[in-house]
Amino acid sequence: MPVSLSPTLSRKRARGQTYRCASFKLRNNMGAFFSPFISKPDTVSRIMFRVLLALIPGIVLYVWYFGPAILVSLTLASLTALGTEALMLKLRNRPVAPFLKDNSALVTGWLLALSIPPLAPWWLIVVGTAFSIAIAKHLYGGLGNNPFNPAMVGYAVLIISFPMQMTQWFSPRGLGAVELGYLEQLEYIFLGALPPNVTLDAITMASPLDTLKTRLHLDEPIKQIFAMPIYGRLAGQGSEMVSLGFLLGGLYLLAARIISWHVPVAYLATLFITAGIFHLADPSHYAVPLFHWFSGAAILGAFFILTDPVTSPTTYKGKLLYAAGAGLLTYLIRVFGSFPDGVAFATLLMNICVPLIVLYTQPRVFGKKGKRS
Amino acid sequence: MRTLYQFNGGIHPPENKEQSTQRGITRAPLSSRLIIPFRQHAGEAAKPVVQAGDHVLKGQLIGMPCGLVSSAVHASTSGTITAIDMQPVAHPSGMPDLCATLIPDGKEEWLPHEAVDYRSSDSAELRQHLRMCGVVGLGGAVFPSDLKLRPLRGHPNKDIGTLILNGAECEPYITCDDMLMRERAAEIVQGAEMLRFMLDAGEVLIGIEDNKPQAITAMRQAVADSGLPFEVVVVPTIYPGGSAKQLIRMLTGLEVPSGKLPTEIGVQCFNVATVYSAYRALAHGEPLLSRIVTITGNVRLPQNLKVLLGTPVQDLVALGEALPDTNHYIMGGPMMGMELASTAVPLVKAGNCIIAASDKLFPPAPPALPCIRCSRCAQACPADLQPMDMFWFSQSREFDKAQQFSLFDCIECGACSYVCPSHIPLVQYFQFAKSEIRAREQDKQAADHARERHEFREYRIEREKQEKAGKLAAREQSIRQSQAAANSGIGPAIQPEIQAAIERARAQAASAEPRNTDNLTPQQRAEIAGVEARRERVRELAKSAVEHTNDHDKN
Repeated sequence: MPVSLSPTLSRKRARGQTYRCASFKLRNNMGAFFSPFISKPDTVSRIMFRVLLALIPGIVLYVWYFGPAILVSLTLASLTALGTEALMLKLRNRPVAPFLKDNSALVTGWLLALSIPPLAPWWLIVVGTAFSIAIAKHLYGGLGNNPFNPAMVGYAVLIISFPMQMTQWFSPRGLGAVELGYLEQLEYIFLGALPPNVTLDAITMASPLDTLKTRLHLDEPIKQIFAMPIYGRLAGQGSEMVSLGFLLGGLYLLAARIISWHVPVAYLATLFITAGIFHLADPSHYAVPLFHWFSGAAILGAFFILTDPVTSPTTYKGKLLYAAGAGLLTYLIRVFGSFPDGVAFATLLMNICVPLIVLYTQPRVFGKKGKRS
Repeated sequence: MRTLYQFNGGIHPPENKEQSTQRGITRAPLSSRLIIPFRQHAGEAAKPVVQAGDHVLKGQLIGMPCGLVSSAVHASTSGTITAIDMQPVAHPSGMPDLCATLIPDGKEEWLPHEAVDYRSSDSAELRQHLRMCGVVGLGGAVFPSDLKLRPLRGHPNKDIGTLILNGAECEPYITCDDMLMRERAAEIVQGAEMLRFMLDAGEVLIGIEDNKPQAITAMRQAVADSGLPFEVVVVPTIYPGGSAKQLIRMLTGLEVPSGKLPTEIGVQCFNVATVYSAYRALAHGEPLLSRIVTITGNVRLPQNLKVLLGTPVQDLVALGEALPDTNHYIMGGPMMGMELASTAVPLVKAGNCIIAASDKLFPPAPPALPCIRCSRCAQACPADLQPMDMFWFSQSREFDKAQQFSLFDCIECGACSYVCPSHIPLVQYFQFAKSEIRAREQDKQAADHARERHEFREYRIEREKQEKAGKLAAREQSIRQSQAAANSGIGPAIQPEIQAAIERARAQAASAEPRNTDNLTPQQRAEIAGVEARRERVRELAKSAVEHTNDHDKN
């Protein structure tokens, strides 16, 4: 059949090059379209849009408990993401409009913004997002070709390069010594200026995971630590509610079949079981499993970060393995590592394993020998 | 209730079948000109046995099956053959093919034909009859039915346990099998009994999707009336549940092994329309001259028509009254059909459906985006493949890797393309990769063949040289002996003359013209090799044809 599909691609250039003809319409030599002539009204753009939509409940609760500064970070991240995406597409000679409309850059920006403290100088989120999009995404070939989750690469770069700014978390409402007004928050983010007589320590605090880690190092009993006002019923005061918001959005993603159950279930189960084993072995030093679920980025990771299709395995078995590995690593990094949260590094470490996992979890093909998967 | 099995994957596209099932099957009026392609089946085209100017009767053979995988072609009505030439046909390549143009005389005058008593004929005879009646699979693959009825080669004792009638008709829009089952149920059941008899099959299962309640009722009634122990099995509506492998899996729980035929697992599967045409061929002696076609889509009168093969598609479209915004036509369903380059092409045995399409009905797909590895394609794949990986390697032309990911197990159903959120034309990439791999294999075979021939030629030349030298030496020896013997008899004067004659002969032998094939360009050699290959093929075909005839002589 004389069909010409990207006819003269050399092997080396094939990977990214094909998408240069992203606007191609396939026709055979008689000018006819190919089957199937119908398709599901599903687009990458719509999928990514629904992921953004699913983040809304968590964001609303974030604003409720920590004030509107997060909206500023989200806006900054969105603008940087779109700007960097457009610039990189232009530099790489790709059509800008169809790729900007795919919403994938926005998802990266939002996930990064939600992972870092909102009360950080404006350039922190800008640098992180730009790095995510330019280096972690486009230098690897753009949409669909990046081996590492771009948002988590951005996070890793920021926490290694700017550890101080990355730990200035807002105190939840009613817990800080001083509360900043909205304008004062903006002033701090953009100008770095605090109202007179207010120190940074007065408005920020370490995250619940961080606090637990530091205090455990000081040999404080866990009961006493959890009696501190920053801890709520499940995990951190306020942040536990934000996690519940993300859980709600995640359930929506499951119901809308944007993601499959494999990753969140395997991830949360492994995290729960690992935490459970340690907790049962020594309750005075290891927090209950639910604390690990609802603190830090665990819920966000389970439903939004680890489920990134590009950087996670394509096979069901692979997804289970990948998520289980990430769950285990998250716990180990949180409890025994030097960083307070482990989701980002667990994700990146498991990203490395994806090609291998996919290779060894190939399902049995219809009509071929072997066990039915 | 029979236990039904599942296959993984599958999709549920909008069915759009009700539009064309509102009216019964009507006979399309006779067109003023029929174009009958000689290749309406899988395999070799039939060989024309009529000439332009011949008057033919309805049902008269005009194309003789040629080779093992081939089938007969007949005049669909009585009239005059006005031309035998290349005409545009419905083929994805858009290439014209050899067709007979038949101007009907309107008399519909039949060639005498009579029923075959299938119970008292042997199966090889029946197979030959079906072959000469042009009976091929009407589900779309148009594979000659007689070949599917052959006893298993290499497994003479293996029985066909289950004969399956495929009435699933899973593609959206198409309703020709549905309507056929509603209106010709008794004939289909009789045809199934004939095929069961030929295959000596155990059970007969008739698989119909649950979106065809009327067809199910009609078939159940027909089975009950016939008193035959057949079973109508209702299967869930899912695309591609009508693909033979998937239907066999649903009904029997067995999987046709990769690269093998269903007979390997003791199952044979025929489309209901094929069974109906086999019935007409055996019970009435009628060759396959017409088929039921669904005319639907952007038309005012969606319906099913009984159409003579060779009828131009434009005549059918006119009967359906296509709406003004129709801008292209599809032959087949929206999942696996192809767009027609022109409506002047004739309807052929494979043409189950004509869809008038507009941009409103089938909006053009948005531009393709990169694959985001969402694996929706893998979830939809009925063959449990990983289309995103096959796509990756097809795109980067790493065909061997694509093959490792079981490229050739792809049935090209289009479910992956249907669900792809990036709108990547996956099936076309796979077709492209398959054709590239096939072309490479053919090239390799041709090269191997040429090398073997060349080596053999070198060997032969060398051998001939040695043989010649041996003979010459022997002759010289004998001459010398006779000379010695006759030395006394022949005078010394004549000796130099003999010697000179020997020398002359030697010189002549040495300066003998080189053979005209010795100093040729590689291109010419390749041409010669091509001619030789064709000759070889003809010889093989002749041999297989002889075997074929012998085969049924024996039985």
